[in-house]
Amino acid sequence: MNPSPSRRESGAHPAPEALQAIKDKIKACIQCGTCSASCPNEFAMDLTPRKLWRMVLMGETEAIFTSQTFTLCSACYNCTLRCPRGLPLTEAMHDLKQMAFRGQMARYKPSTAFYGHFMNTIRRHGRIRETEFISRYFMTMAPSKPMLPLSYTGLGFRLLRKGKMAIEYPFAAPGKRSLEKIFQKAESMEASK
Amino acid sequence: MSYLYYPGCSLTGTAKEYDLATRAVMDAMGVPLTELDEWTCCGASAAEACSDLLALALPAINLAIAEKMDRTQDVLVPCSACYLNLKKANEALRQDTKTRARVNTVLAEKDLTLEGTVGVRHLLDVLATDLGAEAIRAQVKVDLSHLTIAPYYGCQCLRPYPVFDDPEEPRSMEPLIRATGARIHPWQMGAKCCGASHMNTKMEVALELVHAILQAARGADAIVTVCPMCQMNLEAYQNKIARRYGDVAEMSILYLPQLLGMAFGLSDETLGLGLNLAVNDHFRSQCMAANFFRTEEIERKESRL
Repeated sequence: MNPSPSRRESGAHPAPEALQAIKDKIKACIQCGTCSASCPNEFAMDLTPRKLWRMVLMGETEAIFTSQTFTLCSACYNCTLRCPRGLPLTEAMHDLKQMAFRGQMARYKPSTAFYGHFMNTIRRHGRIRETEFISRYFMTMAPSKPMLPLSYTGLGFRLLRKGKMAIEYPFAAPGKRSLEKIFQKAESMEASK
Repeated sequence: MSYLYYPGCSLTGTAKEYDLATRAVMDAMGVPLTELDEWTCCGASAAEACSDLLALALPAINLAIAEKMDRTQDVLVPCSACYLNLKKANEALRQDTKTRARVNTVLAEKDLTLEGTVGVRHLLDVLATDLGAEAIRAQVKVDLSHLTIAPYYGCQCLRPYPVFDDPEEPRSMEPLIRATGARIHPWQMGAKCCGASHMNTKMEVALELVHAILQAARGADAIVTVCPMCQMNLEAYQNKIARRYGDVAEMSILYLPQLLGMAFGLSDETLGLGLNLAVNDHFRSQCMAANFFRTEEIERKESRL
């Protein structure tokens, strides 16, 4: 997944118009707070989900994209299930994650790098190669979090010992299940939309 | 009754034992599974965070392969994340012709096309709805009544599509577990979130969620799961959680078909029990006790004959 270079360099927040599609999805929000009360990760969020949706409706891109709230959505779908207005809130969280990914916003790097490397690995091999994906993720994170791999070393060894993870060359050539053409097609269609 | 089978990436690696146990239990129950030819990744939780179109196209590739193979069989999916991705793509393509055309334009790159005719089924749905507790009871050879089991459902097999269970207070595993003789650990955590991929990107948050689940499971001999991500989060970070919170005992974590397979008398190797990261001595001794009493009971019956 290669976001466009012009946006990669930009540190600015997206224009409020960029939120239009998300606004349309959640415009019936009545600010009841059922989403906040249903969210398992709300305790760790700077903006509660209810406040986040208000910010979206008001076009407050700066408040949204300085907050970590949408990256803390673990897609449990409790809010979507319970929303009395029947709004697709988890989907709207995904939309915000995609905006952060496309804009390569620095403060979301742990999440965007993780998902980006995952996607690139399946683009090359069709299926996930755990060691390749995780090594590349750690490499990207190394400048800001050089000790990150240590949190997972013990687990890595246990998985290797049990034969549940293989030692892989992180730069292997694409395999026969490569999804390169699928990715290229999807990217060109989304760019021209 | 037979199914097309989509194992998904986890079941070929970190969740090998879920694949082994699923195949073994289905085989024991006389249900043939046909693995999808050259299946590819469903996009996991990554695609939806990067691209709407790929989040539909990646699972759609596999549904199109299924349609090509056999439209009359449902696709059985043991991983809850794969299940939701496949189901979501199927529903989106069925409901909206524009979306279908768009996704099929991408799929044409692989000479595939999708109509949305096959059914997508989670393993738990198939076990609970199509097979049922009675069919499981009929296969039970080892009485597991020494065990108390906490059923853990997680999120994505229940929500947002409430297909086979109550999405907030699920019960579908209970008759299946009772059919093995085991008791149900009473708790409210079965449908709570384990933090999913937060364990990789926001570890402190995920540890908090898993801690609450492990704490509520105290008193059970094991938690059973139906998702590789839930399984990994519950089994792999117990030491870290014990160090951080100091109040959680080690807990055995098994996949549901592993527990069923144990009751069917299938071997540890067949069920991949050596591959689990948290099957502890307490659990093993409880199982050995179960086997022991079973043998005594058989001997008593035989001596009466």
